[in-house]
Amino acid sequence: MFGLVATAMILAQAWLLARVLATAATGVGVRVLATVLSALLAAFIIRAAANYGSEVTATRAAAAIKERLRGKLLRRVIERGPVWLGGERAGEITTLAISGLDALDPYFASYLPQLLLASCVPVSVLAAISAVDWLSGLIVVITLPLIPVFGMLIGLSTKAGSSRNWQLLARLSGHFADVTRGLTTLKIFGQAKAQEQIIGQVTEEYRVSVLTSLRVAFLSALVLELAAALATALVAVEVGLRLLYGHLSYSSALFVLLLTPEAFLPLRDAAASFHASSDGMAAASRALAIIDREPTRAAGTSRAPDLRSAVISLEDVSCTYGRGEHVLSGINLAISPGDRITLAGGNGAGKSSLLSLLLKFLAPSGGRVLAGGTNLAAVSAEQWRAQIGWLPQTPALFPCSVRDNIALGRPDASLAEVERAAALAGAAGFIADLPDGYQTVLSERAARLSAGQRQKIALARVFLTNAPLVLLDEPGAHLDQASAAELQDALERLADGRTVVLVTHDLSRFGRIGRLLTVADGRVSEVAREPVAVPL
Amino acid sequence: MNGSLWSLAKLAWPARGRVLAAAAAGALATGCAIALLGVSGFLLARASEHPGVAALSVAVVAVRGLSLGRGLFRYGERLAAHDVAFRVLAKVRVAIWRRLEALAPAGLPAFHSGDLLTRLVADVDATQDLFIRGITPAIAACLAGSGAVFACAALIGPGGALLAAGLLAGGILVPVACLVTARASARRTASARGMLAATITDLLTGAADLSAFGAVRRAEAAAAAASRSLTRLAARDATAAGLRSGLSTLVAGLTVWGVLLLGVAGAGAGTISKVPLAAATLTALAAFEAVGGLPAAVVALRHAKSSADRIAEVISAPDPVTEPRSSATTPARPVTVSLRDVKVRYVRGGPFVLDGVSLDLKPGRRVALVGPNGAGKSTVAAVLLRFIDLAGGSAVVTGQGAGQAEGAGTALADLRADEARKLAGGCPQDPHLFNATIAENLRIAAPGASDTELAAVIDRVGLSGWIASLPAGLATHLGENGAAASGGQRQRIALARALLADPAILILDEPGTHLDAETRGQLMADLLRAAQGLAVLLISHDLDGLDQMDEVVVLDGGRVVQRGTHAELMAADGWYRRVKLRSAVAAAEFGLQHVHRLEERRALPRSKLVEHPGERLGGTVQPFVEQSLPGGRDPHDGAPPVGGIGAAEHEARPVEIGEHTADGGHREVEPLGQAADGKRPVT
Repeated sequence: MFGLVATAMILAQAWLLARVLATAATGVGVRVLATVLSALLAAFIIRAAANYGSEVTATRAAAAIKERLRGKLLRRVIERGPVWLGGERAGEITTLAISGLDALDPYFASYLPQLLLASCVPVSVLAAISAVDWLSGLIVVITLPLIPVFGMLIGLSTKAGSSRNWQLLARLSGHFADVTRGLTTLKIFGQAKAQEQIIGQVTEEYRVSVLTSLRVAFLSALVLELAAALATALVAVEVGLRLLYGHLSYSSALFVLLLTPEAFLPLRDAAASFHASSDGMAAASRALAIIDREPTRAAGTSRAPDLRSAVISLEDVSCTYGRGEHVLSGINLAISPGDRITLAGGNGAGKSSLLSLLLKFLAPSGGRVLAGGTNLAAVSAEQWRAQIGWLPQTPALFPCSVRDNIALGRPDASLAEVERAAALAGAAGFIADLPDGYQTVLSERAARLSAGQRQKIALARVFLTNAPLVLLDEPGAHLDQASAAELQDALERLADGRTVVLVTHDLSRFGRIGRLLTVADGRVSEVAREPVAVPL
Repeated sequence: MNGSLWSLAKLAWPARGRVLAAAAAGALATGCAIALLGVSGFLLARASEHPGVAALSVAVVAVRGLSLGRGLFRYGERLAAHDVAFRVLAKVRVAIWRRLEALAPAGLPAFHSGDLLTRLVADVDATQDLFIRGITPAIAACLAGSGAVFACAALIGPGGALLAAGLLAGGILVPVACLVTARASARRTASARGMLAATITDLLTGAADLSAFGAVRRAEAAAAAASRSLTRLAARDATAAGLRSGLSTLVAGLTVWGVLLLGVAGAGAGTISKVPLAAATLTALAAFEAVGGLPAAVVALRHAKSSADRIAEVISAPDPVTEPRSSATTPARPVTVSLRDVKVRYVRGGPFVLDGVSLDLKPGRRVALVGPNGAGKSTVAAVLLRFIDLAGGSAVVTGQGAGQAEGAGTALADLRADEARKLAGGCPQDPHLFNATIAENLRIAAPGASDTELAAVIDRVGLSGWIASLPAGLATHLGENGAAASGGQRQRIALARALLADPAILILDEPGTHLDAETRGQLMADLLRAAQGLAVLLISHDLDGLDQMDEVVVLDGGRVVQRGTHAELMAADGWYRRVKLRSAVAAAEFGLQHVHRLEERRALPRSKLVEHPGERLGGTVQPFVEQSLPGGRDPHDGAPPVGGIGAAEHEARPVEIGEHTADGGHREVEPLGQAADGKRPVT
């Protein structure tokens, strides 16, 4: 709509301006031209208003589209579960959801509106020119297509050239970041001062190679400018000469001259904003690749069996990650209520995958997991997890109060219940020392907690849910030995009356619990079936 | 222009000629565009007077020339501006490197956080934008704008003044006013973005915890709410953006209209003829192209300012180490380094991080420094490496041959820091491997080392098997941040590098972190064997394998709380025995020897690359204490260690909750995509 108004105003402006200039030359003065002058003023004002309107609508639309994309992206990502999200992916998607999608602003707020103008202005301008003077129209018709054609040709050749240069450029541009990260190392070996010269050299090399590729890349802009300017010059001279011989009126000649650059302007602007929006388009395609992916399988809906009495059995279960690599294969394991199981194994042996299976974060790629005879795949994940207390290796704490952090699984819990859970987890002492006790907000500045304290808060969460099955993932792995020892006391209290599965890579730190199984190369074998003397 | 931007601009001073050339090209390009329309107006007006072809020939040639000039000058301007930007970038990088080199790692908080360091690098890269989008277009706009004003003034006197006013209003007043009014909304938006970043980070990085505790929906709703409020703010900002765009168009339109009105009035009065009327009006119409780039330039300057501020902060940070006027001669090896009653603090008047630590490092002697996180262990390393000055006590190097009393040695502070670091070397906690080949990474320690020397040191640290298995051997590229090497291999490469530098004192800062017990044990045994004959300082928060050390020093709160051999410390009641026993209880009760043997058997295939796995494993399995003792308690909670050798532990100790959140929030406040922009040519 605004595009149409803007187009109309461009034509009106040129026509009115030509009229005024042509008539004024006869010396009629302001009064005679008052109507035309006011009309021109109105045209200027309406064009400004149209600019305002299109900018506002485009910016608002961009914001709304971003919100929708963001919501869909998060929904789909959550559906795919924490295992898929693990590692670096969570960070990547966070960046994608915020700054990645923000890069869409230039696309929606600038490129699309420009594209709209570029598709309607040149055609209408061309029509208006041709109507007044077909010869000038012909010149524009011939020069206008040069822009996209040359732009494409140059774009293609730059693409080939830049992908050749890309690796070199990436290394040169990353050099400064690399040496800065390694500065301490360089200093230890007395090489830091020597780097000064190398940094200068590498940046110089970078400059030379970037400029080489820019020389080609800027050609497309050059063609754009040249085509627009040459067309204007051609029209001016051709119209001028015909005017000289009286084949054309002064007013028409001015009208044609004023319109000619307007035919090229939207193309130039669209091309410029296309560059700025390419980041956003890349982000959008990454987001859409995630959004368009079908959900892997339907979520279970059956009622979850009661884990106080149900036996969980893994039957010939195998698991694959990413490229079909087996993390677990042919696992058979039964977990009866009240069992205490330690799973030991080296890094990457598949222990955590086993816990993910039990948490329903991961679905087995072969075999099945049964709980009280029901296939876990059919069971509602929410109901199932409500019966599980999980102490992850590095628990996530959230920037809300200590109380809300502990009450994560039971937001309705009373303060007394939260306090009791904290006391059982051995966290009551340090929480009391926090500036606002249980109301202390765990934000960056308000409270700094050590790794041990974080684990204890996570443990209080588990106590509060009072779940019959407890999964412990490397408790104390990142703690110094004193803190680990404290944690162990609390774990002993937790194990009382619950089914416990403990995963560890380091039995010397933690590990004294009923059955001992080792996990290695994706297989589980039982080492000691006898419950050992000391309960957890 | 304020101080920090000015200091940045000063670095560009030697390139001022190029900056001006780029700006001149830009001004000429715009000038050609304006003149093209102005001269065309002249051409048509003159032609309509039917003067004969000859009278138009100059104008015809000029129009053609100007149309070519516009494109070519613009092309030249862009290349010249990028060229200048990269030249200045090299200067800024070298200048900031010089400063970082003096500061790292103790004098700069950024070195404790990878994110801050990354941002600093991005800030340095962002200075390119200052020239490409900020300074060059601004100068060009001034030049081209003044040209248009003069031309217009020559044609219609008062029209020139009107055009000047219009250009100033449209090019400077409107964008600056919008920027000022946008500041408040930018602050609101920044905090809303921070909120959104925080909720999304919580949702995604905490997804596992949230799912397990059934709290995903709540977190998702919070993220959606934050997203909605950001959208609402954006809708409000849209009005401002619209006003900016609309006002610029309006100012341009009104100016042209005003010039036209003056011209028409003049024509009516007979003072202005047809030709100047057309030429002046068309010049005014085109003149606004001159200021078209100014809003972007204003934004670029503002962004550059925040980068420049952070760069200035680094440049003005105080030196952590005072270099002596003239370096004393380094004592001849073998040497002993003695710390006596050493006190260190990171901030003047702040708490002591080390408070009276004494330590002797003699050739062939192995000392372990243990204690809870934040005890000051890495600061001891920083003292030995001369990364930080003493606030009290002494650090003295004594040449062994002299056989003199302690006081006769050379104070570490009298040696130039580079000299001191020839004596002490080692591996930082998280050693940095450069994006280069293995050989290049090793030669950082000894640029002249021959291939034979490299092979020898590789063999010494037990890496020859792995390297032989690599197709490219020592020429294998390690990738960004040494991505191609595993945790254990990284430590070994770092050790090889340290040994190649041939230090008298070898500092090993937490070599076992991030490794599992088995790999850690093998690594420790190899490290100690490779370091035979050197003075070794092992820093560890872990108490495994310390019976091989000659002395174990327990540090807590910057003080030595216990010292002795492993056996002595186990015999005395104290922190060491409490912690050691507590963790050993489990193993002892469980009869872990059996389990370990089983683990060894399973682990063998994975450690094929190590030459004598059996022998190493033999050295690593700790004889666990056979008795069960009630475990003591210790008030210290640990956090995952942060930082490398010399990293300030007082900074690193507490783990900040929601660190990621805070970072996300910070990043959002900054101009986005700077890092990305910095790597790519700006078009």
